[in-house]
Amino acid sequence: MDQPYYSVSSGARRLTLFTFASPRNFYHLAGRLIPWFTALGVLAGLAGLAIGLLVAPTDFQQGDAYRVIFVHVPAAWMSMLVYIAMAGWAAVGLAWRTGVSSIMASALAPTGALFTFLALWTGALWGKPTWGAWWVWDARLTSELILLFLYLGYMGLHASIADPRRADRAAAVLALVGAVNVPIIYFSVYWWNTLHQGPSVTLGNAPSMAPEMLAAMLLMVAAFWCYGIAVALRRARCIVLELHGSAAWLRRRIK
Amino acid sequence: MNWHSLQDFLAMGGYGAYVWGSFSVVCALMALEVWALARRERKAQSALARQPDGGNA
Repeated sequence: MDQPYYSVSSGARRLTLFTFASPRNFYHLAGRLIPWFTALGVLAGLAGLAIGLLVAPTDFQQGDAYRVIFVHVPAAWMSMLVYIAMAGWAAVGLAWRTGVSSIMASALAPTGALFTFLALWTGALWGKPTWGAWWVWDARLTSELILLFLYLGYMGLHASIADPRRADRAAAVLALVGAVNVPIIYFSVYWWNTLHQGPSVTLGNAPSMAPEMLAAMLLMVAAFWCYGIAVALRRARCIVLELHGSAAWLRRRIK
Repeated sequence: MNWHSLQDFLAMGGYGAYVWGSFSVVCALMALEVWALARRERKAQSALARQPDGGNA
């Protein structure tokens, strides 16, 4: 009886758009996915660190300080992507009242906040030797700081409302309103004359860096993706356990 | 390989504090998040196991 509803052996085999909106199916699927993303993330991370720290050449302008970007760029990208995913799940939960979507939104928030903090932290450690300042009130840096406050605001608002469904709805509205900040972060380096440089890697353009540097950065981005997915799915499973703990299927699984 | 010795590697061309200050905090906070999640999962599971009719359903 531990089979999910969609499993062939349970005889149901109804795979629809809403199959994984069932906490039971979601819990099962997430449990199957987490080890894969963990393994992929560890492999990509180790390869990225090895190439980034050992193989990639020293930058002729920035010296070895540039190696900070191998964690800074993935953290900064993920801080924005996780916010888009969080706002997207929150919107789906708001529109269709699918509890698992709202669970995914609240599971992503702490990881997004962590990535945002790491982007700011590593940015400061890169900025000091390169710009001569830990922090400047530049459009890119300021909007990224606002992103951190949006994540913290989402988590604080969600935690302050006792009824889970009301908390999901209120926090979803905050997440959707705050989503306007993401394009502001992304385009800030074009819209304003910022100290922060434009993107080093863009789709459709030849990258302006050595191939080893690009390989290390893309591997680290892959590792951060896998880390974010694995951690968010694991947190979502915790929330399912906490919310649906009285469900018989869960108790059978845990025993 | 860029480095001639371990000291050379750790010094990072004079930027060691910035480079290692970034990589170490990233690794430490990620490890902390995974540890906190494992703890939360264990707590939720043991709370379930302690329910009166847990496991008999």
